[in-house]
Parts: sequence; structure tokens; C-alpha cells
Amino acid sequence: MKRQLLGAVAAAALAFGFANAALAKTLVYCSEGSPENFNPQINTTGTSFDTAYPVFNKLVEFIPGTTELQPGLAESWSVSDDGLVYTFNLRKGVKFHARGDFSPSRDFNADDVIATFNRMWKKDDAYHAVSGGAYDYFNDMGMPDLLASVEKAGDYTVKITLTKPEAPFIANLGMDFAIIHSKEYMDAMMKAGTPEKVDQEPIGTGPFIFASYKKDDRIIYNANVNYFRGKQPIDRLVFSITPDQATREARLEAGECDVIPYPNPANIEKLKANPDLQVLEQEGLNVGYLAMNVQKPPFDNVKVRQAINMAIDKASIVAAVYQGAGAPAKNPIPPTIWSYDDSIEAYPYDPEKAKAMLAEAGVTDLKTDLWYMPVQRPYNPDAKKMAELMQADLAKVGITAELKTFEWGEYRKRLQAGEHMMGMLGWTGDNGDPDNFMGVLLSCGSAREGGQNVAKWCNEDFTKLIDEAKATSDVAKRTELYKQAQAIFHADAPWVPIAHSVVHMPMSKKVKGYKVHPLGTHIFEGVDIEE
Amino acid sequence: MLRFVLTRLGLVVPTFLGIILLTFTLIRLVPGDPVEVRVGERGISPERHAELLHEMGLDRPLYVQFFDYVGGVLQGDLGISVVTQRPVMDEFLTLFPATVELAIFAIIFAVAIGLPVGVIAAVKRGSVFDHTVMGASLTGYSMPIFWWGLLLILFFSVNLGWTPVAKRLSDDFFVDEVTGFMLIDTLLSEEQGSFLNALHHLILPTIVLGTVPLAVIARMTRSAMLEVLGEDYIRTARAKGLGIYRIVAVHALRNALIPVVTVIGLQVGTLMGGAILTETVFSWPGIGKWLLESIGRRDYPALQGGVLVIAALVMATNLAVDLLYGLLNPRIRHKR
Repeated sequence: MKRQLLGAVAAAALAFGFANAALAKTLVYCSEGSPENFNPQINTTGTSFDTAYPVFNKLVEFIPGTTELQPGLAESWSVSDDGLVYTFNLRKGVKFHARGDFSPSRDFNADDVIATFNRMWKKDDAYHAVSGGAYDYFNDMGMPDLLASVEKAGDYTVKITLTKPEAPFIANLGMDFAIIHSKEYMDAMMKAGTPEKVDQEPIGTGPFIFASYKKDDRIIYNANVNYFRGKQPIDRLVFSITPDQATREARLEAGECDVIPYPNPANIEKLKANPDLQVLEQEGLNVGYLAMNVQKPPFDNVKVRQAINMAIDKASIVAAVYQGAGAPAKNPIPPTIWSYDDSIEAYPYDPEKAKAMLAEAGVTDLKTDLWYMPVQRPYNPDAKKMAELMQADLAKVGITAELKTFEWGEYRKRLQAGEHMMGMLGWTGDNGDPDNFMGVLLSCGSAREGGQNVAKWCNEDFTKLIDEAKATSDVAKRTELYKQAQAIFHADAPWVPIAHSVVHMPMSKKVKGYKVHPLGTHIFEGVDIEE
Repeated sequence: MLRFVLTRLGLVVPTFLGIILLTFTLIRLVPGDPVEVRVGERGISPERHAELLHEMGLDRPLYVQFFDYVGGVLQGDLGISVVTQRPVMDEFLTLFPATVELAIFAIIFAVAIGLPVGVIAAVKRGSVFDHTVMGASLTGYSMPIFWWGLLLILFFSVNLGWTPVAKRLSDDFFVDEVTGFMLIDTLLSEEQGSFLNALHHLILPTIVLGTVPLAVIARMTRSAMLEVLGEDYIRTARAKGLGIYRIVAVHALRNALIPVVTVIGLQVGTLMGGAILTETVFSWPGIGKWLLESIGRRDYPALQGGVLVIAALVMATNLAVDLLYGLLNPRIRHKR
């Protein structure tokens, strides 16, 4: 009798255990690499940003799948008329995660925002030097020069004052580096003598709580039942680190992974044909282009530049170099950025017309150089191959191009110095703001030696529009200005815009609600999986 | 014997210094630096670049960096990984058990099959079996590991579903890490079926990693055995009427093993080095993959530290092999 009872109890316990395990809905994402650590403030790679995304929130956030902003930890915000003062009204009742020995004693408030910014900004802050102290993105986006002050104006109000009006600033706050830390956790770890734990074992307000990281192997997150946007459909999120591309695809096909990033473009069709899988796609937030140095004749002649635009066969390049994982470009910004003007007509591929225009401009027997990158970039999987195709296209219209390259660091430096006549480069967007492309890459200010405007193109009308758009926060007004700017760019043709690479995300058909995000982060908030 | 051991130990220090110097120099000869390698299209201002390099101590003269590093090593400090900001020794120790576990299985696989196969091939010299062994081992030795691994994955894991594709354990299991050795940790955990799952995951990587050592050991055993079987004392034993396998077991094997043990020792050394290709194909979180990535990221401390520890292990293994060699061959032991 006793044995029977024990047996029944054991069976029940076992069943309960199994039932519990079965109840935990898990999604497995086979990521492409290991994170540097779990603090995007000091990270530089998309791989690292992905692993921190589930844990944190920012003041403002991009709506997944778009470059538009929505309230995050800031419920609402306003900008002063002079564009200098941003006032953020913080969300109430948001709870930081509790894990292990740490348990927050209060809700999220303004103190956390101040502490977070001070770490990146103030060199004398106790946390500034922790874990190497290199806040790459905070610096690269020009924040130290842009911020005048970050102040608490109430428990749930933060006032950020800028040194000059800059509308893209709000988009910067949606970038990965701007995640908000828990001041209590930072203080507790500093007190315990282990401040680096803030970066290795993160505490945030996000939809998932970091549970564990086995180096180079696996990261486990559990759903945050107190998340302010509601508990996630999945209970457990697993990042199963699988750096080899072929292995990742094999794991997806065998059912070991639910979602994978960066498939081999050559295998996309095969993956699409698999009845158990779906492949989502979207243009990446990037552009690959061929810049013509307008300071070097005959590229100072707009007719010549337009002719070159008609001489390059973009469709063939997209097919051969991107293996279909690319979309031909006609504007300096990708279609996923607001204000993209699709009504602009791309220059047609017309070598005959190109030849005629060149002859009309008095250009015969032109010899030029053609610089290409020695490394793979997100916007250009094979620059050498592309250069060779372009060389052939140019030869067809009577132009002899000599291919040239340097080691990547050197290449970039020389291109920025304007040593080239024709040079390939590209850009991946940081914050989804049109200024992040047009202002950075095409304004008169960046045409200086060493600046990012490698066409060295200075068009006063274009720059005036860009500067005006940057200074106002009125999105409708900015959109109109950027549309006009794109028209000028198109007519003056300092580049041949080549392509935007297309991002493909293969996943099991059971995955629901996943959106490919233009900024490249792999987001699992709002994602569900059928059992 | 003692003199032998002492001489070998005496060589350790200069060997170490040589290895540190070599790694130190080679990684710095690769163009770029840890800062440069992370920079995208935006580029970086020369001032900021210098500032970051300064924070990493990389702007000091090379000899200062070198002696500083050696000084640290002598105190057991291998520096901080530039990428993760964690101590290199910690990173190494976290990943090492995975490599060791796989290496142990691979060498057992290679020896358990290679040794008998080599012996039989030698005994049946010229037979179909012998030729098959020679041909197969040549193929195994020459095959690209990456291709072999992917082939096995596609065939057995994806098509047939008989084995898992990659990693050490299914993502359905959540086993606490106690020792870092998956087989031990799964036994210690309460997760039903996790031990068998871990074993299951070891099958393909063991075969792939063990293929080259298997080929080498089989061939080495065969040729060593052939040489021994040609000796006079074997002829005497045959003349006495002893069966060939008894001769092999009692007389020939011990002598044939001498060069084979050396080879096995060298193979272990290679395997300790972190089976980079196998670890990459199977997403096996070991030191091989880590070191490879450190090169790309110019993580100087990680690379130097990792190579140093591996060098130490290889040297220790070779020393053990030499001592074992002395044990097996009295002539070495008693040489004066």
C-alpha cells in the first residue's frame, strides 16, 4: 500500500515536472556570434546589441520594422521652440528586473536616466572607466559636443539641453547605446566591489530577464511578467550561438533553431522552398555607391556624371554580386527611411546615350582610377567583383578604369582625403534619420579633406535644405525638405547609387509576429511561436 | 632518468619565452589593431584612435609591452581580453573543458579503432584488408575537415535525423554548469535524458575530430608493427610455433608501441590546441574557435594568453610522452 502510494506520488511529481517543462514556451534563435558583453553603451557590434535588446528599454524606441519612434520609458516628450530643450515625461510604475541577490526597492525614475547618461558622459563618474570606458557610439554620434546638460526636473521628468538645435537627436535616443540602466543596481555592484557585473549580468526594464550566459554557447532569458507593455507570448528566449553559416542553416532545417540570421544568399531559394520554413526580407538600412570626385575633371562636369550613371548596369551587379540579396538604389537613402522619394526616376541603363553624352561633353579616351574595398561590408558583399563589372561597363562607353585598393583602414583614410577619381564606399544607418545619410555623407561641411563626403561635392542649395531640416523637429516639414534635397542629388549626380543590400531572415513557419528591423537589430519583443 | 627529466624541464623556460615572443610579434605584424578593426565607414579621428590605444596600453614601446606582459604571466596574470573586458584566464578556463572533453573522445576513438586496425593490417600485409586500410587512412588524412563535417551533418543529421546538427546539448535541456564537462554535469543534474543527449551530441564531432588522428595512428601502428614483425626475435618466436596473434600481443606490440605512443602524444598535443575547424562546424564552444576569432578581432591578450596555455599543455604532454617512452623502452631509461 505504502509502495503504491509512493509510486503514485513519484509519478505525479514526475508528471508535474514534465508538465511544467512543457508549459515553458521557448523560442530558440541561433545567433551568429558571441556578445562582447551585455552593455550596449560600450558595445560596437550588432551581435552584442542583439543580446542586450531583450533586457533593456530606452527613453524612445523604434517601432519594430520601421524607423519611426514611439514612446519607450518616456511616455511623452516636448521640444522647446528654439529646439534646445527636450523635456521627457517618464513612464510611471515601470519595474526593474529582480535576479539572484538583487531586488529593486523602487520603480524606474529620473535618477536612473541621469546615472545612465553620466556614466557615458562624465569622465569623473565612478562608472566611466568600468569595463574599458570606451563609449564608441555615444561619441561617434557627437553626443559630448551636443549635450549641454541632462537634469532631473522632478521624479519623473528629465530635461536634456543641447548646445545647438539638432532634430536627429531624438532618433539618437532610440539607438542601442541609449538604453537605461538601474541606478540601484549600479550602486549595489559598486558597493560590492563588482561594478563589471553591470556589464556582464545586466538588469533592465525590458521584456526579458537575463538568466545566464555560457560563453560562446548559449544565452538564456526568461519572460518578464511585470513588463510595462505586458508579458511576452513566449516564456523563454534562447540565443544558441552558431557562428558557422552552413551549420546555422542545417540546424534550422533540422528543427534545432526557430529563427536564424544571415543565411547564405545562394541558399535563399532553397530555404524558401522548404514547406516548414518562411523567409522574411527587407532592404537593409544601407546604401552602396560609387562616388565621383567632383574636384577632379572631368567629374566636375555634371553631364559626365549623369552619363556614368547611365553606363553602369545595376541589375547585373545586383544579380552577380548580391546574388539577388540586393535592391538597385536610386536615392542616397534606402526606402525604409521616412522621406524616401520613390517618385524620382532612376537613370536608365543606356550605354549608347552615355557614350553620346560623354562625346558631347568633349570627353574622349578618359582614363580614370576605380577604387574598391578589400573587405566585405554590409552594403557590398564583394567590392572587387563589383569593380570588375563596372570596369567592363565603363570600357563599353570608352572609359578605361584602373582598379585600385588599399587595406581597409588606409582605404578609408585616403578616400576621405579625396585621393581618388572614382571610389566605392557605402554607409549603414545609425538612427534611421535621413540626416544620418544625407547630412553625414553629402553636406558641404563633410566635403572637407578627411570628411565623409568622399565625392567632395559641395552644393549650396542641397546643404541649405539639409541644414534647415536638421534644425526643426517638424517631421512633415523635414520630409518636404528632404524630398527637395533628393531631387537636387539626383540631378547633380555626385554618386552612382548602386544598391541596398536586402536582409533575409529564415525562420520556422511556427514563428509569428517577427518583424525585420531596418536598423539590423534582431528583436523578439512581440514574437510568438506555435507549439 | 632524473637527469633526463631535469634536462627536459630546463628547456621549458626558454621555450616559453620563445613562444611568447613569437606570438607577441606575429599578431602585431598583422595590419590593424583592436581599435582599427572595430571602425566602420565613419572612420575615427587620429586623436580618438590614439586615446583608445593609450587606454589599452598599446602605444607603449614594444619592449615595454613585452616585459610588462611577461612579468604579468609570471604572476599568473594573462591580462584582460580586449573584446569582453574579462580576464583572459577566466575566458580560457570557461571554454577549455569543452575542448578537452571532445579531445578525449576523439583520441579514444582514434586509438580504439586505429591501433587494432593498424595491427591487423600489418599482420595481414598485402591483403584486401590492408589495402583498404591504407586507402581509407590516406583519404581520411587528406580530407578537408570542414567538408567532412558538413557532409556528415547533412547526411546523418539533416537527411536521416539520426544525430543532432551541432552544439553539446539540445536547447530543451537546462543543465547547470558544475565542471564544464557536459557528461559529468548532465549526470549531476536532474534533467532526465540529458546525459544520453550529451553523448548523442558527441558522436559526429568525435568522428570528425578523430578522423585524422585515426588515420595517422593506423598507419603508424601498421608500419611500426611491420618493422617489429621483421625482427629476428619474432622469427624465433614463429619458429617456436607460437600463433601470430599471441606473438603480437606478448612480444611485438610493446615494441611497436614505442613510436606509436610518441605519435599519440603528438596528436593529443594537436587536439589540445583546440580543434578549430571541428569546433566551428559543430558550434562547439571551445578554445579553438575562440582563438581564431581573437585573431580577427586583434584581441592581443586573448591570443597571447590562449597560445601560451596551449603551448604549456603541449609541452607537458610531450614531456609525459617522453617519460612514458622511457618507461616502455628500458634502453632509453638506462642510457648513461
